[in-house]
Amino acid sequence: MESARSDKPRPPLFRPLDHYRQRTEGYRLLPFRFMRWPAKEVLLVNDVGEFIFLEDQRFKAFVGHRLDLTDPRYLDLKAKHFLLDTESNVPIELLATKYRTKKSFLEGFTKLHLFVVTLRCDHSCHYCQVSRVSTNRSKYDMTKETAKKAVELMFRSPSPALKVEFQGGESLLNFEVIRYVVEYSQELNVREGRNLEYVVATNLVPLTDEILEYLRDHSILLSTSLDGPEALHNSNRPRKGNDSYAITVRNLQRAREVLGHDRVSAVMTTTKLSLGQPREIVDEYVRRKFGSIFLRSISPYGFAVRTGEALRYETSEFLSFYKQALQRIIEVNREGYDFVEVYAQMLLTKMLTPFPSLYVDLQSPSGAGLGAVAYNYDGEVYASDEARMLSEMGDKTFRLGNLHEEGYEEIFGGESLRALAAGSVLETLPGCTDCAFLPYCGADPIFNHRTQGDVIGHRPTSAFCSKNIEIIRHLFGLIREGDPFVKDLFTRWATGVRSEPMTRYKVS
Amino acid sequence: MSLRLQTQGKPLPSLTRSLLGRITTTSLESEIRPDHILMADLLPGQNDLRGYAGVLTRESVSPDWAEDLAQFAPAMIHSVSTLEHLQEGDVAAMNPNGSVRTLYRRGSRHNAILVTERCNSFCVMCSQPPKRVDDRRLIAQHLRLVELIDPTTEALGITGGEPTLLKKDLLWLIQRCKELLPTTSLHVLSNGRLFYYGAFARDLAAIGHPDLMIGIPLYSDIDWEHDHVVQAVGAFDQTLVGLQHLGRYGVPVEIRVVIHRDTYKRLPELAEFIYRNLTFASHVALMGLEMMGFAIPNLSDLWIDPVEYAPELVEATSFLAHRGMNVSIYNHQLCVVPREIWSFCKRSISDWKNDYLPECGECTVRERCGGFFSSSLQRGYSSSIRPIVM
Repeated sequence: MESARSDKPRPPLFRPLDHYRQRTEGYRLLPFRFMRWPAKEVLLVNDVGEFIFLEDQRFKAFVGHRLDLTDPRYLDLKAKHFLLDTESNVPIELLATKYRTKKSFLEGFTKLHLFVVTLRCDHSCHYCQVSRVSTNRSKYDMTKETAKKAVELMFRSPSPALKVEFQGGESLLNFEVIRYVVEYSQELNVREGRNLEYVVATNLVPLTDEILEYLRDHSILLSTSLDGPEALHNSNRPRKGNDSYAITVRNLQRAREVLGHDRVSAVMTTTKLSLGQPREIVDEYVRRKFGSIFLRSISPYGFAVRTGEALRYETSEFLSFYKQALQRIIEVNREGYDFVEVYAQMLLTKMLTPFPSLYVDLQSPSGAGLGAVAYNYDGEVYASDEARMLSEMGDKTFRLGNLHEEGYEEIFGGESLRALAAGSVLETLPGCTDCAFLPYCGADPIFNHRTQGDVIGHRPTSAFCSKNIEIIRHLFGLIREGDPFVKDLFTRWATGVRSEPMTRYKVS
Repeated sequence: MSLRLQTQGKPLPSLTRSLLGRITTTSLESEIRPDHILMADLLPGQNDLRGYAGVLTRESVSPDWAEDLAQFAPAMIHSVSTLEHLQEGDVAAMNPNGSVRTLYRRGSRHNAILVTERCNSFCVMCSQPPKRVDDRRLIAQHLRLVELIDPTTEALGITGGEPTLLKKDLLWLIQRCKELLPTTSLHVLSNGRLFYYGAFARDLAAIGHPDLMIGIPLYSDIDWEHDHVVQAVGAFDQTLVGLQHLGRYGVPVEIRVVIHRDTYKRLPELAEFIYRNLTFASHVALMGLEMMGFAIPNLSDLWIDPVEYAPELVEATSFLAHRGMNVSIYNHQLCVVPREIWSFCKRSISDWKNDYLPECGECTVRERCGGFFSSSLQRGYSSSIRPIVM
């Protein structure tokens, strides 16, 4: 019965698969970049971040237009738009749509607006770029007049969502102006109707009950600094009394009680002293019940440079630290605690999803000015936080203008920002154009300018480049190793899908 | 057990063309009678018959009596064999040949309007094979049906054939649904090919229906594999562009994948393709084969036991779910699906063609199981069907 059935030809009404497998002679290659991978493999990445690993031999056949369409990888390459074998332009249109999605962080122009409300600070952190231990309010605080101009300029940005981040110094030392900015922006927003979000970056020291209640009533987020266990934190972040850690932990608790646990996040900065304590730093964050950590390397600005050799470390040392910390973070998750590394998360979003990352420090073109802008306490406008730090060192290259002297068109349409944007498109930069990791990376023209003397920079000797290449390579390596837990974890980080959808079925 | 959707009686000669009405079993105020079909086992007196769109009765009407009745009851089917399946509020069509077809059942969640039997595809497993008939004039009946459906109805389907072949008439129908059934969610089954024309997608979006979903099949991430399933060169490209247009204009879409021997192998790759290219899809339905229509002559080529494709099904489902996409598994029995993806299985088979096997009686998860298409029980099902006893 069974054999009689299968012998019966399909009704002639229906045509076989071969009838539909008509295509052009051979195939064309669609744009992609590639990188040699260990174990005789090649990693191919297309413009929208989709990737595929091919064995050396198969890669050669593919680029030599010799890959047969019966090869199982042929269909994968076709479906991911690495090759084109029809006359149809639909695959190109799909690619274009995906490309638009990947670059959609550009929509709406400048979204992140940094208000440097004071340079004063009670800490004198070695790596801090700009702070002043001073009581001279008039010299280092933003005035209401300046704040007013900044808020008005911010609303000139066409973005439907605006994020206000208060920076310092220690921003809470000028709480009066923070309050003014919040209230004036909300007043204007009655008419503007933007989606406004506020974050205060603070060391938590000046936190009073009154301030906490205000933050709560206005749904304002806090971002603080925690560098690791007590000894390390206090050493990295000296202040009179050497009690930074104790205050941070105590006020963190208070802030969480009033604002809600998830309304306070923390960032860490890696110093030479941190390098030997990756595990301890991660564990400190877990002990303090944070949901994420941002492992940041030290930046070459301000005090960080001025304090010189004593604090400097090689990129390779940071990478070793980063990998060990990430390893510990994966372990912590395996033990059942949900915990994210923010830099990896940002890269994984670019690698594993069709979406861009909104993180402004790793984009092409660079987010400086286009995605973020910094209003300094003195009314000067800079393309980014780094740009204003550079200016404190006497280099005003990335100054976009002054709130009291120039208008929106001059500041955001001026030569300075134009040059910055033009020089920060990875797709045109030497050393980046043919890098397989381009779709995941970003440009840092200010770093290039600072360390290598021009915005374009020189990739083979760039610490920024070697750091990112190695972190991305490391993430790919972990994915490639195939540990299903790590793959699932990375997918959760990349997509932000936190729930566990594969729930066990229970009969009630 | 299938539900009865048709019955037969003897028409009076005055029933010269098909008419639609809402079923009532009680006497109504005269001004609303024209929308209703009075249904009665025994005919009431003259005054209680006057003014209705039509009358259905089990009673036998003699020719003499019929002549009498014709003066005040213009349309009637009598000697109807059975009426129990019709309920207050249902909508039925009375046809001149004496047939009574149920077009809408108020108590069901599975009402759909079959707007045309024409189609521009010819899918190898089509459960409702297309016919080359000119049924365009039926639009008047569909529009009338929308007027008669209970406005508290939760959901209504529009199906075919290929509904978009109605072009502007389909848009008009959807417009009327928006006006008359503003709280009814509307689900249109289409192959999406005609949305290749961006203006059509834009006009659909412009209606602004508050709860509309277009369900569109995609069978592969490879053009020729999809084209083969739908037996139409270029269909893959048209459907994809159509989906993009709908996405661009903000019309919610559902991707529907029927799993059979020609489609199961690249199910995981198709899931990734959907995630990367059709991220905006509101829902992805991974569906078992219904053994109706063309699936019957093609069964030996199409049939694959669901337990054989379980690995691909798990991978595709979890891939989409882990990425926050709304995914469901339709038309599968729980006993042939790995337990880790049971939570995605929906009871998707319309009540009028849904059945279970005798051994399902012992199953402890029968209440949550989608069961079978009635058609599958006759033509074959997985050899792994067994009651789950927990």
